Amino acid sequence: MKFPRRAALLAVVLMALGLAGCGYNTIPALEEQAKAKWADVQNQYQRRADLIPNLVATVQGYAKQEKDVLTSVVEARAKATSVRVDASQLTDPEKVKQFQDAQNQLSGALGRLLAVSEAYPDLKSNANFLALQSQLEGTENRIAVARRDYIDAVREYNLSLRTFPTMIWAKTVFAGNKPMAEFTATDAAQAPPQVKF
Amino acid sequence: MWVTIVSFCLVTFAALAALHFPELTGRVVDQANVLPPATRSALETKLADLENKSGIQLVVATVASLEDSDVETYANHLFRNWKLGEKPKNNGVLLLVAPKERKVRIEVGYGLEGVLTDALSNVIITNQIVPKFKAGDFAGGIERGVDGIIAALTTDTSDWQKKKQVRTDEQDSAFAALLPFLIVGLFLFVFWMMHRHARGRGGWGGPVFIPMGSTWGSGSSWGSGGSSWGGGGGFGGFSGGGGSSGGGGASGSW
Repeated sequence: MKFPRRAALLAVVLMALGLAGCGYNTIPALEEQAKAKWADVQNQYQRRADLIPNLVATVQGYAKQEKDVLTSVVEARAKATSVRVDASQLTDPEKVKQFQDAQNQLSGALGRLLAVSEAYPDLKSNANFLALQSQLEGTENRIAVARRDYIDAVREYNLSLRTFPTMIWAKTVFAGNKPMAEFTATDAAQAPPQVKF
Repeated sequence: MWVTIVSFCLVTFAALAALHFPELTGRVVDQANVLPPATRSALETKLADLENKSGIQLVVATVASLEDSDVETYANHLFRNWKLGEKPKNNGVLLLVAPKERKVRIEVGYGLEGVLTDALSNVIITNQIVPKFKAGDFAGGIERGVDGIIAALTTDTSDWQKKKQVRTDEQDSAFAALLPFLIVGLFLFVFWMMHRHARGRGGWGGPVFIPMGSTWGSGSSWGSGGSSWGGGGGFGGFSGGGGSSGGGGASGSW
C-alpha cells in the first residue's frame, strides 16, 4: 500500500510541474502582457492628442491665415480621440484598423501643420513652439516604441495559440481565446513628422 | 511518459536580436574611438559619482555604425539590451553618438522621463552637444552633454535624494530565484502530512487543490533574476540593473 501512494504523490507533483512547464499559464500571461502593451499604445496616442490644443493655439497666434490646416488638425484630433479600442476588442481587426486609420489621419494633419509652420520665422523661434515641437517629436517616438512592443507581444501571444506545447491548452481550456489583431507595418503617414532646426 | 513531456517542455528558447551591439564594458563605451583616454577616465569618474549619489545610471556610448536603423530605434534597442537603470525604477540614461551617421541621441529610461524631459534633452543636444560636434570636437561635445544631463538630473533634488534607501533589488531576485523550490517544498510537505494522516484511515484525505504559481512556465520569471544582480555596479565589473526605456528623450544631428 505504501509504495503506490508514494508513486501517486510523485505523479501529482510531476503533473503540476508538467502543466506549468507545458505552458498552461503561458497563454493567459501573454494575453495580459499584450493587453498591457495595448494600454501603453493608447496612452501614448492620448499624450499626443493632449499636446495638440496647445500646439494649435501657439501656431494660431502667428499664422492665423493657415485656417484650413489648423481646422483639419482639430478635426482629426477630435476623430482620433473618439475612437477607442478596449482591450477586449483587440481580437477584432476591424476595430483596430479603425483606430489606426483615425490616428494616421491625425499624423498626416500634424505633419502638414508642422510643414506650413516652417514659413513663419517668428513662430519657429518661439520658445513655446520649440518646446512643443520637441515634445511632439518625443511622443511620436514613444508611440513608435509602444507600437513595436505591442506588435511583439501580440506576435508572441498569437504564436502561443498555434504552436506546441501551448497549443494543447489553446485548443482545450482556452478554446475561446482568439488571436489578436496586429498593427500593419508603419506606412508613410505614420512616420514621425520631420522637424528641422 | 510524463517525465519525457516535462523535460521536453522545460526547454526554453532565447530570441535572437537582429542588431549587433557593443558590449557594456563600462560607463563609457567608445566603440567609434573618438575619445582620448583622459576624457574617458574623467567621464567615468563623473558618471560613477552620479550613480553613487543618486542611483542614476548614465552611460555614454559611441558606436561605429547604426547598422542602417534610425538612431531612435537603435538607441532604444541598445538601452534595453544593456538594461540601464535599476529595475523597479528604470532610472537609466543613454547618450548615444554615431559619428558615421552624424547622429546623437539622449535616450531616457521610463523612470526619468519626468525629470529629463524630451524638451530638456533637446535643449541639451542643440545647445551643448551639436555646436561642438559641428566643430569636430567629440570629446568637448560629449563632456558638455554629460554635464548638461547631470545638471538636469540633479537639479530636481526631490526625486533623487530618496533613491538610496529603496534598493531592494537583490533581495527580490534572490527570493524570486528560490520561489520555485519553496513551492515544490511546500507541495512535498503537504503531501507528506497527508500521507501521515492518511495512514490511520487508509485513503486520500479528500480532494486536492493544486495552486499554480502564475509566473511558472512563462519563461520570463526564470531568466529575469540574473540581469538585476549587477545592479549596484559597486563591485568590480559594471552592468545594467534591468531598467527599460519607452523611447523618451530627444535626437539631433550635425
